[in-house]
Amino acid sequence: MPSLEQYIILAIILFLIGLFGFLTRRNLIIILISIEIMLNGLIVLFAAISHFTKDISGYIIVFFIIAMAAAEAAIGLSLVILIYKRLRTVYSDEITTFKG
Amino acid sequence: MVEKQFELITNFDIYVFLIPFLPLIASVITLIFGKKYFRDKAHLLPILALFFSFLLSVKVLIEVINGKIYQFDIYTWMFAYDLKVGLGFLVDPLSAAMITMVTCVSFLIHVYSVGYMGGDPGYYRFFAYISLFTFFMLMLALSNNLAELYLGWEGVGLCSYLLIGYWYQKKSASDAGKKAFIVCRIGDFGFALGIFTAFYFLGTLYYYEIFPKLPEISNKYIEILGYQVHVPFLIAFLLFCGAMGKSAQFPLHVWLPDAMEGPTPVSALIHAATMVTAGVFMVCRLNPLFELSSAMMFIVAIIGAFTCFMSATIAPTQFDIKRVIAYSTLSQLGYMFMACGVGAFIAGMFHLLTHAYFKALLFLGAGSVIHLLHHAPDPNDIRIMGGLKKYMPITYWTLLIASLSISGIPGFAGFFSKDEILAQAFFSKYPWGKFIWFIGWIVAAMTAFYTFRIIFRAFYGEFKGWEYVHGKPHESPRVMTVPLIFLAIGSIVAGWIGIPQALGGRNYIEEFLVPVLGHPRVVHEVSHSTEYLLMLLSVLAGLFGIFLAWLVYIKKPELETLLSKNVKPLYTFLFRKWYFDELYHYTIVRPTLWISRKIVVAITDNTIIEGIVNGSARLVNITGTGLRILHTGIINHYSTFILIGIIVYLLVYLYLK
Repeated sequence: MPSLEQYIILAIILFLIGLFGFLTRRNLIIILISIEIMLNGLIVLFAAISHFTKDISGYIIVFFIIAMAAAEAAIGLSLVILIYKRLRTVYSDEITTFKG
Repeated sequence: MVEKQFELITNFDIYVFLIPFLPLIASVITLIFGKKYFRDKAHLLPILALFFSFLLSVKVLIEVINGKIYQFDIYTWMFAYDLKVGLGFLVDPLSAAMITMVTCVSFLIHVYSVGYMGGDPGYYRFFAYISLFTFFMLMLALSNNLAELYLGWEGVGLCSYLLIGYWYQKKSASDAGKKAFIVCRIGDFGFALGIFTAFYFLGTLYYYEIFPKLPEISNKYIEILGYQVHVPFLIAFLLFCGAMGKSAQFPLHVWLPDAMEGPTPVSALIHAATMVTAGVFMVCRLNPLFELSSAMMFIVAIIGAFTCFMSATIAPTQFDIKRVIAYSTLSQLGYMFMACGVGAFIAGMFHLLTHAYFKALLFLGAGSVIHLLHHAPDPNDIRIMGGLKKYMPITYWTLLIASLSISGIPGFAGFFSKDEILAQAFFSKYPWGKFIWFIGWIVAAMTAFYTFRIIFRAFYGEFKGWEYVHGKPHESPRVMTVPLIFLAIGSIVAGWIGIPQALGGRNYIEEFLVPVLGHPRVVHEVSHSTEYLLMLLSVLAGLFGIFLAWLVYIKKPELETLLSKNVKPLYTFLFRKWYFDELYHYTIVRPTLWISRKIVVAITDNTIIEGIVNGSARLVNITGTGLRILHTGIINHYSTFILIGIIVYLLVYLYLK
């Protein structure tokens, strides 16, 4: 059984991978996947803390995050489809409508 | 003589209240709904309101004659320590006489305007304004404190401005409106200062509190720039500045002739009968104050005399029929101030009342002729008139009555009032009375001359304006001639209330006004034989003027150009109105414009104000351009900023902890 520190390191690694992908990738779908990875990092963190402190509230938050992530993925993907329909692209550097 | 006992009524009286407020209500309704709903019926409401207000003022006048005085406050606007400003009414013989005259003349002129203004696109506007004017004029006359007087004073000035510039498409009309307003403002500035000074020294603005306090200041002096200035003189002089502006006395007289750009009924009502007499009314109202300073009385008399003489010399050289009458108005106002300046307040007030009728009649009669010629390029030019006697009999006869009245022919109103002024000037206890009498006597002849010049040029000889009328010249519609007839009756009868005792009459107006204005300030009992002589002299002067006009304009027309050919500089001097317009143009208008352009526009406006305004805009612009670089529109960049933000927040949070 891994220790709490190992779980936390795993969570941070997952989060940073997600963050890196979120900031650097141009494809919107990849960006969405990166957000999912960041969320998964959090889930691992919460679950581990809950397990080690024998407190159930961490698990509850985990379930909420999973439900929220599913909803977010659905909305995000449908937005990506809409953007593609309208602008014929899913690359974020080509979507510059908000440029000031 | 036993002084009449008055019963003082201090309760709110709805009838007195309604006299000014009926025209106000009519005006507001007409102004709001006139354009859409009344259109060519816009005259109905104001005329109805004026009619009732006239009836009410007659009722109030009768009550005042029977010994009642109304003095009540209806509303206190400001109340701060000893300053009290509010709305209140004072109906004493003076204001009762004034409001009856104002409502009567105003009503007749409203009726006349139905014909004169018919078909004008701004018909409703005209009636709304003229009704509003009547409201302010009545407020001015009925006020029981100086602040309310000032309200009416400025209100009539506003309406005068609106109505002079009534045909605002015409540049000359809108310019004349501005000129009238600005020149009056100069006087009103003095007037406002006068009110402040009065409050400073007397501690109140209400007449009934001012008069008992006057003895306290009668010997007070204040030091201004090293000079000892008599306090009553200071207050009276500042107030008189306002009167000079509003009553168009030298040196602020220049606006009145230009004000003739307005419609003729306006000239008749505002610039002849009512508003311009406000100054005289104010001097009469505050007569105890003016009398405290004999220097002030001298100034009033001398300014009146100068204006009187000056305008009487200008009038015969002008060709615009309304301008001639305007100069005659200046001259008659000069008479009223002369009367006030020699202490003959009653005579001044009496002349104000009779003058309202015959001068309004002169204007409306002229308006009737102008209405006939309104297709001409300049319908006011008396050179295109002539021979109208047989085409416009009613206009001719009524105008003749007005002219006889203003010329002081016995039996007509003008004779009694003018004679009263001349007689009381002659017998005045003030040393300049004789001089004033002499000026008045000469001007009487000149008045007759230029008034009959209009009559002879417009109604005798050959009609010269054929090209401007369709078919034959014709009489004006009945809606215009009936008011003329009523005013003509007024121009005769109005004088009969003040027949001097020397002629076996009873001077009702004097008995009526004595409680307010006091007895005429004469040296001793006036001897009747001298009075007869004075009367004879002034009648002779009038007849001589008429004879001269007849000689020059009918008998020997070649004499007409005598002055303009032989004494050209003098003629030009008179024709150019003593060069007052030019003088003011070069000494006041040009320097003001120069200062505005070179200093106000160039330095203050362009540099300082625009610098601040444009500078702040530019600052925002520069900041925006700088921040624009960050706004790439790419999501990744925004998320990076969010991350940086969070990190910075956390660092700050940890650091502060």
